[in-house]
Order: sequence, then structure tokens, then C-alpha cells
Amino acid sequence: MSIKKTLFEPVFNNNPIALQILGICSALAVTTKLESALVMAFAVTVVTAFSNFFVSIIRNHIPSAIRIIVQMTVIASLVIVTDQILKAFVYDVAKSMSVYIGLIITNCIVMGRAEAYAMKNTPVMSFMDGIGNGLGYSFILIVVAFFRELLGSGKLLGHVIMPTVNNGGWYVPNGMALLSPSAFFLIGMIIWILRTIKKDQVEHN
Amino acid sequence: MSNDSTAKTLIVATLLCVVCSVMVSWAAVSLKPLQNKNKVLDIKKNLLLTAKLIEPTETSEKMINEAFSKIETKVVDLSTGEFVEMDPASFDSVKAAKDPKENYSIPASADIARIKARAKYEKIYFVKEEGQTKMLVLPVNGKGLWSTLYGFLVLSPDTTTVKGLGFYQHGETPGLGGEVDNPSWKDLWVGKKIFNDMWKPVIRVIKGSAASGAEHDVDGLSGATLTSNGVTGLVQYWTGSDAFGPFLEKWRAGGAN
Repeated sequence: MSIKKTLFEPVFNNNPIALQILGICSALAVTTKLESALVMAFAVTVVTAFSNFFVSIIRNHIPSAIRIIVQMTVIASLVIVTDQILKAFVYDVAKSMSVYIGLIITNCIVMGRAEAYAMKNTPVMSFMDGIGNGLGYSFILIVVAFFRELLGSGKLLGHVIMPTVNNGGWYVPNGMALLSPSAFFLIGMIIWILRTIKKDQVEHN
Repeated sequence: MSNDSTAKTLIVATLLCVVCSVMVSWAAVSLKPLQNKNKVLDIKKNLLLTAKLIEPTETSEKMINEAFSKIETKVVDLSTGEFVEMDPASFDSVKAAKDPKENYSIPASADIARIKARAKYEKIYFVKEEGQTKMLVLPVNGKGLWSTLYGFLVLSPDTTTVKGLGFYQHGETPGLGGEVDNPSWKDLWVGKKIFNDMWKPVIRVIKGSAASGAEHDVDGLSGATLTSNGVTGLVQYWTGSDAFGPFLEKWRAGGAN
């Protein structure tokens, strides 16, 4: 597969959230604000890309008995480094995301790609695959967060778009958009739209 | 050597651990100064926000330091309520509370904040306007459900009317106990009274909604009874006779001016 295909295939055709249904938990947790969704998307993309890269470099030396542990160690180290960097440079955002940065370790996408792709492919292709899957994840996260922040608090990236009634405006905010179930509805709708356009994603039983 | 031999497994595991730990410790050590600077700034920001001296939108480093320069910080000996000659900038009460030489073990019967020990001294922040003290800011901390909550209690000069309560560090469940950060809940504290007629701290977070006009009761956080109880405990402890009580008494008598 070409680099371009590896990079963009996971955005629409093989989206980790919409098709593989991985990484849902963090997609519910960090999408109440667009800003935290952007940081989370960035962090997951970086971690997936580099964990794929490093796992791929040492793939021919990993004993199969401990391969999951090796992958976890690489991923966990990268997550801690990412967390430290975020705390040093974007402290407020890092603080508002509290445990969810650390929980990237348990994000199924990261480990899924290391096990399914990086163990069998070259470092450069694995890196691209990591970026691609990160972009696929980011795409869903950003769309969901866009609607949740807009409908839930009438803002985008903290800027008021629709002034809410509480602050003397006209918009009655939809409180449910701030709660986790709304992310389920939005992701469901995205999957619906994607599968209407791309019929081959529909599962037959 | 086969990949699956015991020797190779051990070698790979050891090497990997060494490389990863070097990477992690390098990141942690080299970014520490920046993180600490952010932390100090964040504490100042939360103090200013709790006292409503800055707006949530104007939190640049310059604005925080400028607003903070109008606040006078003093260190007080909690057992006597007297000021101590000490540079407030160099005193870290959170650290001192953990040091057996610097701390004071709270007797179990008095330990309603469930923190076991506190520093002997504590900082007090005086918000002044034209030489007059407008607000007293007391650092407070206590156990919630999972974690110790650290925050600030802002009082009017009469020492009983609450002007604000806010936490800058806690690890309570997001969405439940984490709602201590919810601005509309924090606003419920404003105007409540800490003390009863006998100057005993009686303010509390109750289950459900407080009756209108109940000046010692604050609405509970739904689904977070233990965090709510923790907040009651820490506010009552820090304003009580085992903590800031002696100082507040002196202040009311006018002796601590």
C-alpha cells in the first residue's frame, strides 16, 4: 500500500471509531469542549505514530511470549512523556483533562495498531499508519466536540457563538449535549452517514 | 539466538525497561521547572478567581501577577494566632505538613478534615483596597472521597460571611465529586455564614437543597455525598479552634490588625 493510502485510508474508509468501534470511551469523555478534543486528538495521534514506529523498529527482536507487555511498556512510556510535555506547555488544558491523558495507555486504537500493523511492517509505514489512525480518531473527536460545545454551551473554542439565556442571550443550551450519552448519539449519526455514503461498510448478517 | 529463548526474552525485557525509564525520567526531570512555574501560577490564579479579583477570561501571566501584587501575604502561627516573621514566598505549608519536624499532628477527635497533620504555620492572604482589608483568604485542605482537596476560603473582614470557596487541586470523580469546581455550585457559598452565635463553625453541605434563607446550609452535590461531607469537614476544621480559630478571634478583637 502506498504511503498516501496508509495515511488517509483510516479517516473515512477504515475509521478506527466509526468502523472498528475502538476508542469510544475517550471519545465520550473529552468531547464536551473543542479545545480538549483537539489536545486529545493531537496526543493520541503522536502516541499512536511513535509507538507504532518504535514497536516496528524492534519487531524482529520481540519474543512473542512477552510481546503485549513490550508494546504496553513502549506505549506507557510515550504517554507519560506526552503528559509531562502537556503539563509543561498547556497546563490549563492538561489539568482539565485530568486522568484522560494518562488513560491513552488503555486506548484500544494505540495497542490495536501496534499489534495489528507495526508488528508486521516497516518503521516508516508503521509511523504513517499511526498518523493515519490518529487522524481518523481526531476527525470523529473534532466533529463530536464541535456539536457538543456548540449545542451544549453555545461556544466554540471558548468563544461565544450563540449567547445563552443565562448570560442574557437568546440560546437555551441543550444540557444533554454536555453529558456523555450525546456523544453516543453523535457517533451513531456519523456512522450512519458514513455507511449511507459508503455502502461497503454495512455489515451483513 | 532464537527470539523465544529465555535468555533473549530476559535481555529484551531488561533493555526495553532501561531505555524506557531513561526516556521517562529525562522528560520528567527536564520539564519539572516549567511545570512548577505553571503550578505556582495556577494556585495564584485560583486564589484570585475564588476571591473574584480577576475574570475567568483574563488569566494571562501578567494579569495574574499584577492582580496578585495587591494582596498582602502573611504567615501566622496557628496555635497562638500571632504573625510569624517569615518570608511568605519561601514558606510552603503543603510541604511542611508532611515534614514530621515542621508539622502538627491533629488529635483524632479534632480531625474532621481527616488530614492527620498540618503545618504549624499557615499563610493568610489579605486583599487590601486603599489600606483597608476587604477580604481574608485562608488556604484550606481536607479529604474528600478519593483525594485531598486543596483550595481557598475567602471571608469578609467579619470572618463569618463567605465570599468564595474554590479548589485548585483534587482528584474527585469527574462529573460527581468533581463538581466542586462547578461555578454555579461555588456561587452558592457566597453570602453564607460560617459561625453561629457562639462563634462555632456550623456551616455545612447538606443532602439535597438548602431551604431559602438557611444561612449555614449549602446544597449538596448530587451523587457525591462523601465529597460533600469532606468539604463540610475541611471548612469547619480550618475555621475551627484547632486551625485558624485563634487567629480569627484575635482579628475580630482588632488585635491582629
